[in-house]
Amino acid sequence: MLELAIGIILGGCALGAGCAMIAGIGPGIGEGNAVASACEAIARQPESKGSVTSTMLMGCAVAETTGLYALVIAILLIFVAPNLLVNILLRAIGA
Amino acid sequence: MKQKSFRFIAADILYIAMMVVPFVAAIILKVLTTPPSDGVSITGARIFFTIPMPIQDLIVTEAQINSLCVMIALFGLCLFLTHGLRTRDISVRQHLAEWIVEKVDKLVSDSMGKYFMSFAPFIIAILALSAFSSFSCLLGLFPPTSDINIVAGWAILVFILITYNKLKCGPLHYLKGFAEPVAFLAPINFISEFATPISMAFRHYGNVLSGSVISVLIATALQGLSNLLLGWLPGFFGEFPFLQIGLPAVLSIYFDVFSGGLQAFIFAMLTMMYVSDGFPMEEYFARKAAKENKKSAKQKTEVI
Repeated sequence: MLELAIGIILGGCALGAGCAMIAGIGPGIGEGNAVASACEAIARQPESKGSVTSTMLMGCAVAETTGLYALVIAILLIFVAPNLLVNILLRAIGA
Repeated sequence: MKQKSFRFIAADILYIAMMVVPFVAAIILKVLTTPPSDGVSITGARIFFTIPMPIQDLIVTEAQINSLCVMIALFGLCLFLTHGLRTRDISVRQHLAEWIVEKVDKLVSDSMGKYFMSFAPFIIAILALSAFSSFSCLLGLFPPTSDINIVAGWAILVFILITYNKLKCGPLHYLKGFAEPVAFLAPINFISEFATPISMAFRHYGNVLSGSVISVLIATALQGLSNLLLGWLPGFFGEFPFLQIGLPAVLSIYFDVFSGGLQAFIFAMLTMMYVSDGFPMEEYFARKAAKENKKSAKQKTEVI
């Protein structure tokens, strides 16, 4: 029975980490839009390449933030949460 | 060309030692303290020792030691670059130092304005510290920036700077800033105020950490692949992971060099943006001008 409970905890953590990384879609679309616009801008005004590139990299980094939140949550779910939850379970059943 | 004096060369050697010795010491420490393990594993910073403290024990980790090493090395680099400054027939290192200073001054004046020129040393310091911390994983060290405690410390420092600059016009003006543009948005403004350091810390930390996690995963996958392809060879050739030689280094160029440098630049850019946006420029100068007018009017009346 205990094995089953621990298995459910581990499986739940892994599933949760996988679901959290669905957030990776957003930054992908956002950064794609940013780079597409930057390409257009450079094609229209090749002399402004430097400033456009640095602005685009800034924008990409800011757009990446939500994805990185998801990544941090996924890493916590994989490396930190299982130990914590198993300890809580063991304390609850008094083992 | 005058012959360099003995003292000059000795100081140069000392500065170069300051750059090299911390990294060598950190590598030796890592080699000595890493327990033998088979396969690749993803771990956090290794804890060297804990100092007992009244509220909570102070943990001294690999990340703190490495970050101190990077600081000492950067200090040595600065001393080396600015050693023997001259006004005529300047040396290569002085050219380099002047180029760095000019670039940083231009960057700061472009993105913050002339008023904030005194921020330039702080900006280049945080940029260099962040970049060299990320680059230190090229030597096989644990990069300090992939530990959230280090990056959160910098983010809190930046938050204090932002708040200090917002408080330049007095606490009342600062509190009024929360009620912009409408008064009932104040809670959201309050949350977004504290979201700034958290997002800055998580952005930098997450980028570096994701790079190292992906590198480890790919190294493990390459080991499995080379076992699959070359496992039929007898003895040593069958066990040695040939595909792990060189191929992970190609990814390291993106994840460590490009991403690390970019994140350092972005951290510095965001610092400049937040600080200069938070400063109530028009209000501050209006008050300053009003004060000076008052003062001069007073002086006039005293003279008369």
